[in-house]
Amino acid sequence: MGEILKLHFDVDGDDFTSAGEASAEVKKKLRLLGYSPETVRRVSIAMYEGEINMVIHAGGGVADVEISEDCIKIVLEDHGPGIENIELAMSEGYSTAADAVRSLGFGAGMGIPNMKRYTDSFNLESTVGVGTKVTLVINT
Amino acid sequence: MDKYLHSVTLVADKCHGCTHCLNYCPTEAIRIKDGKATINSDRCIDCGQCIRVCRNKAKKSIYDPFEALKKYKFKVALPAPTLYGQFDNLDDVDYVVQGLYDIGFDYVYEVSRAAEIVTEYTRRFLKQSNLPRPVISSACPVILRLISLRFPSLSSHVMPLMSPMEVAAINAKELVIQEHPDLTADDIGIAFISPCPAKVSYVKNHPENRQPIIDCVLSMKEIYFMMISKMKRGEQPQNTSSSGVVGLSWATSGGESTAIFNDKYLAADGIENVIKVLDQIENNALPTLEFVELNSCPGGCVGGVMTVANPFIARARLQGLRRYLPVTRTSKAKELTKDGVPENLIIHTPLGQRSIGSFSNDTNLSIAVMAQIEEVSKLLPQIDCGACGAPTCHAFAEDVVCKNVSMDECPLHKLPKFSRED
Repeated sequence: MGEILKLHFDVDGDDFTSAGEASAEVKKKLRLLGYSPETVRRVSIAMYEGEINMVIHAGGGVADVEISEDCIKIVLEDHGPGIENIELAMSEGYSTAADAVRSLGFGAGMGIPNMKRYTDSFNLESTVGVGTKVTLVINT
Repeated sequence: MDKYLHSVTLVADKCHGCTHCLNYCPTEAIRIKDGKATINSDRCIDCGQCIRVCRNKAKKSIYDPFEALKKYKFKVALPAPTLYGQFDNLDDVDYVVQGLYDIGFDYVYEVSRAAEIVTEYTRRFLKQSNLPRPVISSACPVILRLISLRFPSLSSHVMPLMSPMEVAAINAKELVIQEHPDLTADDIGIAFISPCPAKVSYVKNHPENRQPIIDCVLSMKEIYFMMISKMKRGEQPQNTSSSGVVGLSWATSGGESTAIFNDKYLAADGIENVIKVLDQIENNALPTLEFVELNSCPGGCVGGVMTVANPFIARARLQGLRRYLPVTRTSKAKELTKDGVPENLIIHTPLGQRSIGSFSNDTNLSIAVMAQIEEVSKLLPQIDCGACGAPTCHAFAEDVVCKNVSMDECPLHKLPKFSRED
């Protein structure tokens, strides 16, 4: 039986300065578990982008991570405004981030494309007015 | 893993077993056992934080005493640029250079001079090499160890160029042999005057496949006290400095990077800040940067624990000393090649990757262990009081699972107020 390590994080939407802490924590754990630097890097970039998105667009949410020998699965779920046009949101450079966020260097429109690029499986479900659920899988 | 020689150590008599240092150790390497702090050698990166914060002066640096140089016929001093910032009311760096001769050195090669050479080579490197960006400076040994332990994926970003200390040692030896053909290599003792214990460890654990090029690492504090009684400010120094503004600037955070004439740089100091920056680089969150200068000590090398002066005071003094110096003095330096980077100054051995605390080579087993740690952690008070001797409840949970430490070492978890057992 493959062992699974489950981790749960509440991603706080009010505090922009602490955004990225959950992915940093996951990264630390993966490193201790001895995953290859490349795997650790892919997981931390993909999860970081997702985490930042939840903070910027949805006022926070929750992240559930399942770590097993073969793959790392990350589910990010929020109750934010939802994404109107998923196809458009997936294209590089498209962003709806507020100016204040852009001035901090975020909102370049690379969040979702990066999540896709660094994962083996990427699934995005979103309903306007209800929320968004992103499922990322990285095979080791 | 080979035994790594550390230069941060405990004076057991002075340790009261207080928990102060626990919270400051960036790698959670310290535990209090039987009333005394113990340092886990695999985790320690020699940053000196525990020395800095210990209220009882129970942590100290290990370094070579000045007497260690006695056996050498010809003694060479390599003063780190930080040394110039230690002296009060000094208006000329030449007094420091002369002071080193006066306490018994036969030759002084300033690390600030080597730093100017390294600066020039760094510019060349950034122009020609296809190292992944941002390129990370190789000057601070704590950073190198931190990267190999906690950020192995960034190893390839580290500039494969020797630090000014090493470049100074190589150049000094060559110059001395040229000027004194009667000396053999064994007659020459090369001593670095260090602001921090990390440089001591770096030299003592000289990387594989590389010959030791520095014979002794001396404490800046010790040399400072020898010098102040010998320095005669009234007399004109006969020996003079051969470095400029750029070289001196290396002593403080940002000095190394401003000198490379490229505004796409970041300079961070203080180990906590450094860890945050490395996290961001690893996340690809800083894509426009060309160069990153990281210093473990607050303020840069002036913040080292083997210095005398407060880092901010030292910084202000260095600003004053720099004022009438030329920007650099490398234009006439024989040691500087016309173009390219000399092969003997390039580091070919890549930074090792040694993950700390990986529980087992079997990932499946490691996952099970970590899941167990998470479970144990949930039973603990989560107030990180340190009474158990571990820095955090989570670290204690790790010790319970991996090192058979008894849950009862936590004096709180059974109290009704903290009980988390349902």
